[in-house]
Amino acid sequence: MTEPMLKVTDLHAFYGKSHVLRGVNLEIMPGEVIALLGRNGVGRSTTAKAIMGEVAPKGEILFKGQPIAGLESHKIARLGLGYVPEARDIFPTMTVRQNLILGVKNMRKPGKHSIDQMLDMFPNLRERADNPAGVLSGGEKQMLTMCRTLMGDPDLIIIDEPTEGLAPKIVHRIGDMIADIARTGVAILLIEQKLSIALRIAHRVYVMGHGEIVYSGTPEDFRTRDDIRAEWLEV
Amino acid sequence: METIVFALVNGVIYGLLLFMLSSGLTLIFSMMGVLNFAHASFYMLGAFFAYTIMGATSFWLALIFAPILVGLIGAAVERYGLRRVHVNGHVAELLFTFGLAYLIEEIVKIVYGKTAVNYRVPSILDFPAVQIYGADLPAYRIFMLFVAMAMLIGLWLLLRRTRAGLIIQAALSHPHMVGHLGHNVPLIFMTVFGIGCALAGLAGVIAGNIFVTDPSMAVQMGPIVFVVVVVGGIGSLEGAFVASLLIGLLQNLAVGINASFADIFGFLGLTSASEVGSITVSSLGPVLPFLLLVLILIFRPQGLMGEREL
Ligand SMILES: Nc1ncnc2c1ncn2[C@@H]1O[C@H](COP(=O)(O)OP(=O)(O)OP(=O)(O)O)[C@@H](O)[C@H]1O
Ligand SMILES: [Mg+2]
Repeated sequence: MTEPMLKVTDLHAFYGKSHVLRGVNLEIMPGEVIALLGRNGVGRSTTAKAIMGEVAPKGEILFKGQPIAGLESHKIARLGLGYVPEARDIFPTMTVRQNLILGVKNMRKPGKHSIDQMLDMFPNLRERADNPAGVLSGGEKQMLTMCRTLMGDPDLIIIDEPTEGLAPKIVHRIGDMIADIARTGVAILLIEQKLSIALRIAHRVYVMGHGEIVYSGTPEDFRTRDDIRAEWLEV
Repeated sequence: METIVFALVNGVIYGLLLFMLSSGLTLIFSMMGVLNFAHASFYMLGAFFAYTIMGATSFWLALIFAPILVGLIGAAVERYGLRRVHVNGHVAELLFTFGLAYLIEEIVKIVYGKTAVNYRVPSILDFPAVQIYGADLPAYRIFMLFVAMAMLIGLWLLLRRTRAGLIIQAALSHPHMVGHLGHNVPLIFMTVFGIGCALAGLAGVIAGNIFVTDPSMAVQMGPIVFVVVVVGGIGSLEGAFVASLLIGLLQNLAVGINASFADIFGFLGLTSASEVGSITVSSLGPVLPFLLLVLILIFRPQGLMGEREL
């Protein structure tokens, strides 16, 4: 049995006095794609932020067997944990190329992807390589943030609501892109609301409700669980 | 005519000097979100350290080591002071820098005394270099121009042409994201603070000997630098540059104009015998920056080139 790449045990987090995460447990194996589903405001983004060190975590977080709870963000990132936040924080005044350069952690130790390869894979980005990233469309910005994170050679990427506010055709493209990333062996924790994309690419599904995990299973099993969907997902 | 040319040259030199101070202040503002009241204190430290180093060795060593020393002190202030105060919010930070300004002033008084020290222009640069319309322009002024231009080009190259500069700029606007990409944001902030203080120190080294090096020099320079940063647009380096030159030129040109209100508004019947008529344009020099500040805050609160309002 291999050990999980990420193992979160009894994770709690607070915003002031409000207790947002109430004992989250989850596990991701190397190369696995996990979908984390849940209604608005149940604490999915907070889970990501607590793992990434942006919100103070209480509980145990092991990444590749090493405790990372409370480490500084850059140390967590350097262990191989990538994060594409909900806000798609591109650097708007910098060019697409410069955004990608900033994803490289160490210029002296080139990673799996060169900037040119990355631009070859995404013709939309290639076309705008020297334009400020602020002028990109929503879908292109999402691609850029994912590519930027890939430049740092992560072993696991947490992607928070990548398809929010995008047109259906683009949603499908982003889904393909995440599946492609997964095929290169990178594990993915995908925070999503759209069941279509989540069930298409995930190996396993977690459902979150009120700050804890309320269901975990395979997409096949999940499809049969109308009760879970009614109680925890449908609005 | 020669007074205008002189005023222009001096205005540019003074403007670049202001930029040496305001560039650091504006970078540090982008990072902390508050104005650093102690910024001009690092300018003062630069001048006093240069005086000491020059006394023991030479001006040239002072030119190199005084700013470095000031930068190191700045970095230490960030690392062991501001970073801890930061968690308690902006007001705490503001008060901290306020206290620091007075602390530095009092320490300087204890070490160097309350009166001006004899920090002088190095004799090798103490000669008239060029004659403009029969008047001499001292070599030291040209040297100041040279140092200021070198600093300007160096800063521009660092920020716009290197990856480190890209990381600094990104960290100022999106600190969390830059951290998630694996860059050590606390270290970047400490470095930015150190560089900002070192630039202020450099300004002190090259200006302390033509102005006066005394414990009140920070208090005298501080408000003008604030004006520059606010007028330029807080957080904007380009804005700080434009505002520095603008205020440098405005002040020097006003001083260079030898006319009174009676001369200008005489057609309105104003005579030089009256109180208003006897006001000279040159006496308005010190007022102009603050007038500009007040007008900018009323009519263009984001400053000349800034993106955010105060
Ligand atoms: N910075 C914050 N300060 C205070 N409360 C917050 C903050 N961020 C989130 N919350 C609250 O914490 C709860 C969980 O937020 P979180 O962002 O994790 O939700 P989510 O599951 O990602 O949902 P969605 O992204 O759809 O809004 C919500 O009730 C939210 O209002
Ligand atoms: Mg969210």
